[in-house]
Amino acid sequence: MSAIPAAVPAPSSSPAPLPSPTPLQSPASSATSAPSSGASPARARPAAVATRGLRSTDEPAWVRRLLIGIALGFFALFLLLPLAIVFYEALRKGLEPYWATIIEPDARASMWLTLTAVAIAVPLNLVFGVAAAWAIARFEFRGKKYLVTLIDLPFSVSPVIAGLIYVLVFGAQGWFGGWLQAHDLKIIFAVPGIVLATIFVTFPFVARELIPLMQAQGRDEEEAAIVLGASGWQMFRKVTLPNIKWGLLYGVILCNARAMGEFGAVSVVSGHIRGLTNTMPLHVEILYNEYQFQAAFAVASLLALLALVTLVMKSAIEWKARHDAPIAAATN
Amino acid sequence: MSQSTSLTLPSASHVVPRQRSVLPGFRLSLGFTLFWLGLIVLIPLSAVAFKTLELGWPGFWSAVTSPRVLASFRLSFGVALIAAAINAVFGLVFAWVLVRYTFPGKRLLDALVDLPFALPTAVAGIALTAIYAENGWIGSLLAPLGIKVAFTPLGVLVAAVFIGLPFVVRTVQPVLEDLDRELEEAAASLGASRWQIFVRVVWPVLTPAVLTGVALAFARAVGEYGSMIFIAGNVPMVSEIAPLMIITKLEQYDYAGATAIALVMLLASFAILLAINSLQAWTARRTGRPA
Repeated sequence: MSAIPAAVPAPSSSPAPLPSPTPLQSPASSATSAPSSGASPARARPAAVATRGLRSTDEPAWVRRLLIGIALGFFALFLLLPLAIVFYEALRKGLEPYWATIIEPDARASMWLTLTAVAIAVPLNLVFGVAAAWAIARFEFRGKKYLVTLIDLPFSVSPVIAGLIYVLVFGAQGWFGGWLQAHDLKIIFAVPGIVLATIFVTFPFVARELIPLMQAQGRDEEEAAIVLGASGWQMFRKVTLPNIKWGLLYGVILCNARAMGEFGAVSVVSGHIRGLTNTMPLHVEILYNEYQFQAAFAVASLLALLALVTLVMKSAIEWKARHDAPIAAATN
Repeated sequence: MSQSTSLTLPSASHVVPRQRSVLPGFRLSLGFTLFWLGLIVLIPLSAVAFKTLELGWPGFWSAVTSPRVLASFRLSFGVALIAAAINAVFGLVFAWVLVRYTFPGKRLLDALVDLPFALPTAVAGIALTAIYAENGWIGSLLAPLGIKVAFTPLGVLVAAVFIGLPFVVRTVQPVLEDLDRELEEAAASLGASRWQIFVRVVWPVLTPAVLTGVALAFARAVGEYGSMIFIAGNVPMVSEIAPLMIITKLEQYDYAGATAIALVMLLASFAILLAINSLQAWTARRTGRPA
């Protein structure tokens, strides 16, 4: 997951001349850099190609069509088809059974539990993300690079291991198992375990959106606010927060989607008690394993809808950030 | 970034923040970050190491080299590698098409590339199973050819390709966007063919980004559980993935055995993480972009 680039495009400086020793490109690095996007008419290019309106850096039409065809085919096969089948299977028997499986008590309980876990996990990770980004993007200290890597760590840990570690700490045979049992507290196979596992798998989302964004923005505006006499809280509310709000929202949306959909980690700590410790994805699994395919896909369709809403919001924020960025750059 | 830290460290000596910034909240934010990181991530993760110590070396070795566990490692790592290679090719095509061409449906394609990130893995798992089962939309087409996908290692591969696709696309896309087309124009004006330009001008710039995407996709596929568990069929020695072995051991109350497998997988992901970090540094050097 760590591949997701920062939502809000940092004002990226144009790439430096490439150091690669390829003889073909050495003339380019000595050329004065003009805007690279459009066709620069002054540039000499093979006349035969230019007459057809094809730029020298365009592929022949058949290559272009082939590549677009491959991409669209792969897209249909691997992305559209899985999405389509969820809704097809869910609605195959009509709207009535669809609705019935969704309002059935166990399904409702699973939705409630999922929302509860998300309502605890997302705000906690939000606070953590802002704090971590503030420390990392605004101050220099030793070991910063390692701290960033450690924050990203949960992304590279298998979800099953994320569940396992809490079993090792809080489970019946775990470090605190005896103590918890003596005090009649339950974490594993109960809601707190589900919340903990959810926090773990969504740990880096907000922080890793904010860190590059805040690093790109620099600390001038905030320093100005403090020098002019603002309190820390005033500075945060009036300067920092407006600057990072889109990145923050972006991180929260991704965090929310993952939190609602997490399966592996939650599966290990939940104990699969119907109506009590079943989140929506776990409910999908139970229904599916009981061969209630229509019901399983009906609940799954809600999660797929959530994924679609997430993608729409994500695209909207990216669009918004791209259109705000030139203005921000101009006023700076 | 690394440059600025190395420049500021000598003057910092024992004072932690650089030149005593006027900004408030350093101690509070760093303190809370370390506290939360330790509480949620580091201390629980350390339990894996401590629990494995209880086993001792012989116990650990026999737990992770039992034939069934070895078969699951082979499947998880092998499938992840093949899927990452497939995604390298198709991810590059995707990124190329999205950056360089215009065609109907492009914005939809761009938005839906992230579907595997956003779609809950269990949903992806049952959807892929339904498509590739013998009576499914694609499974029924492949069945007459004698190809079985669902409930075989091939099904695990399909799931791994699905979840890995966005990693390559999203790491290559920004690098390709920033690529100066003047370089290609210069190469063309000097008489290079389109293929020569791709191989000698474009590819060297993209290589680190493609490899980073491949490493990320590989790491994800090795640990993946939800999207694979339904389509795998979970036949011992044939289509059991490594994360399933952890769950199986847990269900047998073999906590130490489960932890031993987890430790091997954790070490593998640390190694991949290291590789990714150095790849990203390489990307930054190649393209002049901040890492």
